[in-house]
Amino acid sequence: MSKKLLSLQLDLDDFIPATDEEKKYMVQMRQSTTFFRDGVKRLLKNKVATASFIIIVLITLLSIILPMIWPYSYDAMLGVSPGKPVDASYNNLRPFEYGATEKKLIEQGEKVFPHILGTDSSGRDYFIRVVYGTRISLAVGFFASIIVLVIGMTIGSIAGYAGGKVDLIIMRIVDIIYSLPDMLMVILLASVLRVALGEQIDNSALSKIGSNIISLFIVFGVLYWVSMARLIRGQILSLREQEYVLAAQSTGAKGSWIIRKHLIPNSISVVIISTALQIPNAIFTESYLSFLGLGVNAPMPSLGSLASEALNGLASYPYRLVVPAVVISLIVLSLNLFGDGLRDAFDPKLN
Amino acid sequence: MSTKLMSYILKRLVLALLTVWVVVTITFFVMHAVPGGPFLAEKAISEAVTKQLEAKYGMDKPLMTQYLTYLRDVGTRFDFGPSLKQRGREVADIIYDGMKTSVKLGLIAASIALFFGIILGTIAAIRRNKIIDKVIMVITTAFVSMPSFIMGSLLLVLFALKLELFPANGSTTAGLVLPIITLALYPLAYITRLVRSSMLDVLGQDYIRTAHAKGVSRTKIIFGHALKNSLIPVITYVGPMLAYIVTGSLVVEKIFAVPGIGRAFVNSITGRDYPLIMGTTIVLSVLIVVMNLVSDILYKVVDPRITLE
Repeated sequence: MSKKLLSLQLDLDDFIPATDEEKKYMVQMRQSTTFFRDGVKRLLKNKVATASFIIIVLITLLSIILPMIWPYSYDAMLGVSPGKPVDASYNNLRPFEYGATEKKLIEQGEKVFPHILGTDSSGRDYFIRVVYGTRISLAVGFFASIIVLVIGMTIGSIAGYAGGKVDLIIMRIVDIIYSLPDMLMVILLASVLRVALGEQIDNSALSKIGSNIISLFIVFGVLYWVSMARLIRGQILSLREQEYVLAAQSTGAKGSWIIRKHLIPNSISVVIISTALQIPNAIFTESYLSFLGLGVNAPMPSLGSLASEALNGLASYPYRLVVPAVVISLIVLSLNLFGDGLRDAFDPKLN
Repeated sequence: MSTKLMSYILKRLVLALLTVWVVVTITFFVMHAVPGGPFLAEKAISEAVTKQLEAKYGMDKPLMTQYLTYLRDVGTRFDFGPSLKQRGREVADIIYDGMKTSVKLGLIAASIALFFGIILGTIAAIRRNKIIDKVIMVITTAFVSMPSFIMGSLLLVLFALKLELFPANGSTTAGLVLPIITLALYPLAYITRLVRSSMLDVLGQDYIRTAHAKGVSRTKIIFGHALKNSLIPVITYVGPMLAYIVTGSLVVEKIFAVPGIGRAFVNSITGRDYPLIMGTTIVLSVLIVVMNLVSDILYKVVDPRITLE
């Protein structure tokens, strides 16, 4: 049947109800996804962030596992054995060289585990010192960030919820601490605290961690919580005013429901991201302080103190500087790139 | 100048003064909280001698009196007292001598960072996604994540020990080349990235398209219209950059043995020279606070779009 172009006559065939099959074909439903899964999906698409994450996990795992299975320990001076004079042939070995007694063992046909990076000036296996130093640096960075997170979150949410005078006073204190020259204060506090705390800590259960690391944590707790507190206060203030919170309230949602379903999920990503970005900062600061001689207590190594010690024999053993330098740059770089990736994936608003 | 701007400047000024006062106070009390006092590190000295020394340095008076005296001396005469370890020298003199070298070092490094950072950032932005942009971005990313002490040590190994192009000791003029490069590289990389992103932002603005549309040449658009506006974020970075250079100079001067204030500070910490630690901390802090103040105010003055709260 021919139809005129401008005719208003309807073709009834177009209005037949669709069969189930046709409906299925038309409806394209993606499985509903959670906020977390959605973010992970976006993160995995970011190749740089994924690669950085793999590098971080690898370095972390290696720094935990290797010291357990390695035949040498980070503080064992290989040339020193009880009852015998110090065997100086173990000091300053180059990579894959052996000490005098080890050479004998090899001649007898026994296998001796190689010193991949040689030994340092006290005859300690350098490779395991770098591995152990990586572990220390990572641990310090991680725990310092957790401390900053806890203190910042507590004070920030107090300021945000309480408002009024409490908020005003807290924020003025934050302003002042924020404008302090942080690095100088860190150096000052670290240099004094290690002296002030040294005796008390050495006699307590904390002595294993060492007074220097503890004072480092205190310094972080005192100085670096301010940006976290600011962030969390800002989050709370702005989220409280959001329309969806109002909408939830108008439909009769209780306070605890709003906090659980709206406030926490919406602010947690920002908090996690800035904590993740705090870790490389802390590692950076720790290595800087170690380099100035204010870091971890000897004989414990950290990447910064290894680099600092390497300065003395720089002309003959440049690799002793290069290796920790590369590791530290790699860690800081991949943590930063991963943090950026996290931010892009979980907080599209920030971009 | 609007009253709003004036009140902002006033507010920042008060905050800066407050910060300096807090720094002086923290430094003073922290230093006096050290158990044993500054003479503990000396060879075994009798109690009488300790008493005499304490009397000489005014340390037998109550802490508050000492604090007020210190505040007055520092505030009115820049008098930080005598050094404990370098006999017969005033802390202020040591700081002044160190500053002569360090200020030179810092200013040259800052100028280099600004100059090359702006040029490289602009090049990267107008050659976006081309090879040269990618090369610049990769290199600057690497530099940004490398701590200054590692950068300095690597430069020392490469150029002073292996290639022997420059002396490793920073007490001569030629020896200052490597420390300056070390200090300049991080801010240079940072400024490059800053300029690139803000230049890209500006190039996407409507007024740039308008300029294109009315036939203005590309060079004129970039240098006449875009560059000026894309430099605004750089102004905010000037303060943090100088703070970075100040703290960076501590390790750089240690690595290259530059006779500057940074090395004096590091030595004062290892030698527990308390008046010197206090003096250098205060002077460097004032420097940083003032630079932050200036760059914050400049930022508001330069860009009228920025709202004042």
